[in-house]
Amino acid sequence: MTAFLARRLAEIIPTLLLVSVIIFLLQQLLPGDPATVMAGEDRDPEVIAHIRQQYRLDRPLPVQYGYWIKGVLTGDLGESMRLKEPVAKLVAQKFPVTLQLALMAIVISLGIGISAGVVSAVYKNTAIDYAVNLFGLWGISTPNFWLGILLITLFSVHLGWLPASGYVSPFEDFWLSLKTTIMPAFVLGNSFAAVLMRHTRSAMLQAMAADYVRTARAKGLSERVVVLKHAMRNALTPVVTLGALELGTLLSGAVLTEQVFSIPGFGKLMVDSVFNRDYAVVQGVTLVTATMYILLNLLADVAYVLLNPRLRG
Amino acid sequence: MIKKLGLAVWLLASATVAAHAETALRIGLAEDPDVLDPTLARTYVGRIVFASLCDKLFDIDDKLAIVPQLALGHETSADGRTVTIRLRPGVKFHDGEPMDAEAVKFSLERHLTMPGSFRKAEIASVDKVDVVDPATVKLLLKNPFSPLIAQLADRAGMIVSPKAAKESGDKFGLKPVCAGPFKFVERVQQDRIVLERFADYWNKDNVFVDKVTFRPITEATVRLANLKSGGLDLIERALATDIKDIKADPKLKLATQIEMGYQGITLNVGNSDVGKNGPFGKDPRVQQALELSIDRDALNQVVYNGEALPGNQWISPKNAYYQEKFPIPQRDVTKAKQLLKDAGVTTPVVVDFMVPNSPDTRQLAEVVQAMAAEAGFDIKIRVTEFATSLNEAEAGRYHAYALSWSGRVDPDGNIYSFMTCTGPNNYSKSCSPETDAALSAARIATSTADRKAAYEKAAALILPAGGIIYLYHRPVIIAHTVKLGGYKQLPDGLVRLTGVKVQP
Repeated sequence: MTAFLARRLAEIIPTLLLVSVIIFLLQQLLPGDPATVMAGEDRDPEVIAHIRQQYRLDRPLPVQYGYWIKGVLTGDLGESMRLKEPVAKLVAQKFPVTLQLALMAIVISLGIGISAGVVSAVYKNTAIDYAVNLFGLWGISTPNFWLGILLITLFSVHLGWLPASGYVSPFEDFWLSLKTTIMPAFVLGNSFAAVLMRHTRSAMLQAMAADYVRTARAKGLSERVVVLKHAMRNALTPVVTLGALELGTLLSGAVLTEQVFSIPGFGKLMVDSVFNRDYAVVQGVTLVTATMYILLNLLADVAYVLLNPRLRG
Repeated sequence: MIKKLGLAVWLLASATVAAHAETALRIGLAEDPDVLDPTLARTYVGRIVFASLCDKLFDIDDKLAIVPQLALGHETSADGRTVTIRLRPGVKFHDGEPMDAEAVKFSLERHLTMPGSFRKAEIASVDKVDVVDPATVKLLLKNPFSPLIAQLADRAGMIVSPKAAKESGDKFGLKPVCAGPFKFVERVQQDRIVLERFADYWNKDNVFVDKVTFRPITEATVRLANLKSGGLDLIERALATDIKDIKADPKLKLATQIEMGYQGITLNVGNSDVGKNGPFGKDPRVQQALELSIDRDALNQVVYNGEALPGNQWISPKNAYYQEKFPIPQRDVTKAKQLLKDAGVTTPVVVDFMVPNSPDTRQLAEVVQAMAAEAGFDIKIRVTEFATSLNEAEAGRYHAYALSWSGRVDPDGNIYSFMTCTGPNNYSKSCSPETDAALSAARIATSTADRKAAYEKAAALILPAGGIIYLYHRPVIIAHTVKLGGYKQLPDGLVRLTGVKVQP
C-alpha cells in the first residue's frame, strides 16, 4: 500500500506541471487582448502600454510562463489585473462557497439518485419503475439555468420562502446559509441524481439476479434485508466512485448555476475572469481545481484498493 | 399617574427603537465592479458605487448642466488657460482628514502621474495645479480645453484622502477613503460591497440611509426576481422587455431616462485592406444607402419597446449641442437603391456585420439585416464575444460593427476619440484633417454658441461619410420598490442616494 501511494503521489508532480503548461497555452488561444479589455472604453494607448508592461504581456510566452510557474512554486498565484487582489486570496475566498455547494449537491443527488435507483430496480417494469425513469429523463434533460429561474420564480417571487440569490456563510448564519444554497444545490444535485439513478438501477438489477441474492432469499431472509443488506451494498461500489468523480467536477465550480443564483464561487469567478481576460485568475483557479481533481481521483483509487485487495501490487 | 408614567416609558422606548432602526438599502448591479480607485477604475458599473462613495468637484443635474459638489464654483480666465476653483469649506474625508486645496492638488496630480492612470488622458490639458489658499486651487492649462469641467464632474474630479492614498499606494482601491455620503465597510468580490453612512458628510442632513449593500447579479431576470421577492430595493439596467411587468407590479416603481451615450453601427471605411476594399471604403454613398434603409422608429419598437430615443448624432436630440440642421433621415428604400446604383457597386452588397453577444444587439442586427436587404444589402451577422470583437475591430477584420458608447457629459467625450484621425476609438479609421480641425476648435471654444458652430462643421463632414451610423439613445432603466421615496434618475444612469428615503 505504501509503495502504491508513493508511486501515485510521485505521478502527481509531472501531471500538474503538464496541466500548468496546458492551462497557460490554452489561455493564449483565447482571442482578445487582456490589455485592450483592461483599458476600458477610453482605451488610452499609454494605459494599454503600461498594462502590457506591468503584467509582462509584452514578454515572450516562455518568459511569461517562467515568471508564473516560479510564483506558483513559491505559493504566489499572481495578482488579478481587474481587481488588484492576490489570486490566492480570491481562491481562498471562493473555495469554501464552492465546497459547501458541491457537498450539498452531492448529498442531494446521492439521496435522490440511490433511493430512486433502488426503488426502480426492485419494482422493475411496474408503473413505479416507469415513473422513476420518467423523473430520471426529466432530470437529465432539464437545463440548469432554466430550472434555476423556475425555482426562483416559484419559491422566491411567488411564495417568498427563499432568498432569490446570494450567499451567506454557514458560520455567519446557519439557517440563512441553508436557505441561500438549497435551491442551487438542488439544481446541481438534480441533474446528477438522474445519472446516479440510472447507474444504481442497472447495478441493482445485476446484483438482484446474482447467486448470492438467490441464496439469501432461500435462507428465508426478508425481502427488505435482501435488498438493503445484500444487493445494495454490492451494487453501490461503482456508484460511490461515480459520486467521487462528480464531486471533483462540482468543485471546479458550477458555472451556469452560480451565475443564475449569484453564488460567489469558483464558477462565477472563472466566467468573470475569462470575459475580462484576467489571465492570472483563470490560471490560478484552473490549477487549483486541477489539483483537487487529481487528489480526489487518488482518493477514489485508494478507496478502491482498500475495498478490493486484488488491485494492490 | 402610573398610566401616564407607563405612556411616557412606552413613548421613550418607541422613540429609542425608531432612532436605532437602521435603514438599509440593497442595490442590484448588472456586473461586479472593477477596482474602487478613482484613478484606476474603468467600468461604468464602478461609477455607480462611486456615486455613493466619492464626491466629485462637480456633478451634473437632470438637464446635464454642471453643478458644484465639492467645489463651490469656478472661473475660467479670458484666454481659457487658467481655471480657478473655489472649494466647499469644512469638508472632511472618511478618515477625518480635511478635504482642502492641498488634497485637490494631490488627487489631480495622482490622476496625472500614477502609472496606469485611466484619468490622465481625461485631464491631460492640466499642466500644473496651484494651491492659492486652503479653499482655492488654480489649474494652469497647457491649452484651453472646454470639456475640462465636465471631466471634473466624473471620476477625474473625485478627490481622495491624501493620507490614505499615500499609505496604500496602488492598493487604495481595496479600501477607498473619499468624501462621499457613504464610507467603505467591506467588499467580498462578486458578492457584495458594503458602505455605511458617513456621519461627518458635508451634506449629511440629506442622507437618510444608514447602510448600502451593492450586489452584483448578472442575470437581469434574476435581478428583477430579487427585487420582486424583497431581496433587493433597487436594480439597475432592468430589461426593456420587463418594463410592462414592472409597471404592472404595485410594489415596484420605474425610473427611466435617456442615456448620454448612443447605439451605433461603426463602418469600416479604412481600417486594413478589409476596410479599404470593403463596401464602405470605396464610396461614402454606400454608407448613406445603408442609413436610408433603416427605419429607426421601427428598430426602437422592436428592440426597446419604444423606450429608446431615435437619433442620428453622437448626442441625443434633447442635448443642447444637437444639430437641428441635420434631422433624422426617414427611411427611403428607393433612394437607397439609387445611391447604391450611383456608387457603382454590385448588389447585393455583402456586409460582414460583427455583433457583440447581447440580446438587444443581436435583435438590432436582425432587424437591420431585414431592412437593409430590401435596399440591396446582404448582411451576414457574426455574433462575437465582446473582448474578441474589440480585437477584431482594432485589426480591421469587419465591415460593420454594432458598437455602443456609454456617453459622457460633454459632447467632446462622445466624438473626439472616435472621429479624429489618431483617436484610440477610431475603429472605422475614417480620417479627415477638416474633421480634426473642427473637433479641436470645439475643444478650445468656450461659449456654447461657438462650440455648437464648430460641431456643425464637424457634423456636415461626419454624418454622411464618417463611418458611424448613429441609431438611437438607449433608455436607462432603474426599478425600485415603492418603499423608496425621493429617488431621481439622471441621464448618466448612476444611482444617487442623497435625498432618498426608505419607508419602513
